Amino acid sequence: MVIQLTTENFEKEVLNSELPVLVDFWATWCSPCQRVAPILEALSKEVIGLAKIAKLDVDEQYELADQFGIMSIPTLVVFKGGKVHQSTIGVQSKETLKKLLGI
Amino acid sequence: MKKVIIIGYGPAGITAAIYLKRSGVDPLVIGKDYGALEGYKDLIENYYGFAEPIEGKQLIKNGIEQAKKLGIEVITESVISIDSIEGGFTVTTSKKHTYESKAVLLSTGKTRQTLSIPGFVKYRGKGISMCATCDGYFYRKKKLAIIGCGPYMLHELEYLNRISTDVTIFTHGFEFGTEVNNSVIYDKITSFVGEEKITHIVTENGKYPIDGVFVALGTPSSVDFASKLGVVVEKNNLIVDENYQTNVEGLFAAGDIIGGKLQISKAVYDGMMVADSIIKYVK
Repeated sequence: MVIQLTTENFEKEVLNSELPVLVDFWATWCSPCQRVAPILEALSKEVIGLAKIAKLDVDEQYELADQFGIMSIPTLVVFKGGKVHQSTIGVQSKETLKKLLGI
Repeated sequence: MKKVIIIGYGPAGITAAIYLKRSGVDPLVIGKDYGALEGYKDLIENYYGFAEPIEGKQLIKNGIEQAKKLGIEVITESVISIDSIEGGFTVTTSKKHTYESKAVLLSTGKTRQTLSIPGFVKYRGKGISMCATCDGYFYRKKKLAIIGCGPYMLHELEYLNRISTDVTIFTHGFEFGTEVNNSVIYDKITSFVGEEKITHIVTENGKYPIDGVFVALGTPSSVDFASKLGVVVEKNNLIVDENYQTNVEGLFAAGDIIGGKLQISKAVYDGMMVADSIIKYVK
């Protein structure tokens, strides 16, 4: 399952998460972002118990996008222990994302 | 709408076109130059069937001639954008022609223009963007720069002019003949500077405050097209499956741009194999 992030659940789901979290910063109008969705769906089924997969709409949650200095989408950020561990711009394969998560 | 448009008329593209045509699928081939073989100085001695070594450029010319003789439509134009539409793609060229097709094959080879200016890598994604339509949102009403001087730049500029009234063109030392309402700086850029984000473009003769920089130099490469469409790109190679299809349905790739040996024989093999997959896809 891919978690939909908002300002309400960001702290609980990402910052306080014991598992590493992959956050996809995206928007509905961004065409390459649409190609990330099926990759994340598939990935989320493979990493159950190992990592969490989440997405954040930069239009609706612009405060969070701002806070993390997102200026290009899709940007994929891995959080570990409540901190930014790694980030990458552009569509990535499932295998690359697993590596980013350290799985 | 055409069944398939092939972009690039090197060994991979032309071979695919020949196999498609002979299977009853009429492709449109759009090419702009002879790619890696254009300036290849040595003669080709390792390709099957040529008792006398042949010039790379001549081999490509022969391929195009062969395709034309089979009745394949081959045109010389530079593609500046590929967009996803319902049931296929729209391909736009620098002459502002648009073509539609169900499938697209990218076989453009690997020549790629990059900007080796200090600060470029550092501020990529922190103020420097390669895609106006992807990232423009973050720069609405900001002070923007676009780097380039040709039809590709003008295509991206059209979009930027809609989101900001303050867009400056930096030609980076190149001539620019088109009349535009934007201000134009002709100096060579020497560096991009800033702190966490980019703040200035520095040229030979000045320093310009800027919030965002969009790069549209020369003509877009396959990697540019692919990134804008959402294709998985790794180490500058387009990633394809066993059918030579990218993660974008209907978008295929073959030849140097998918990696592996940068050899004519391999490109020809790719061309033959991708044709099979495209035939299944469009029929």
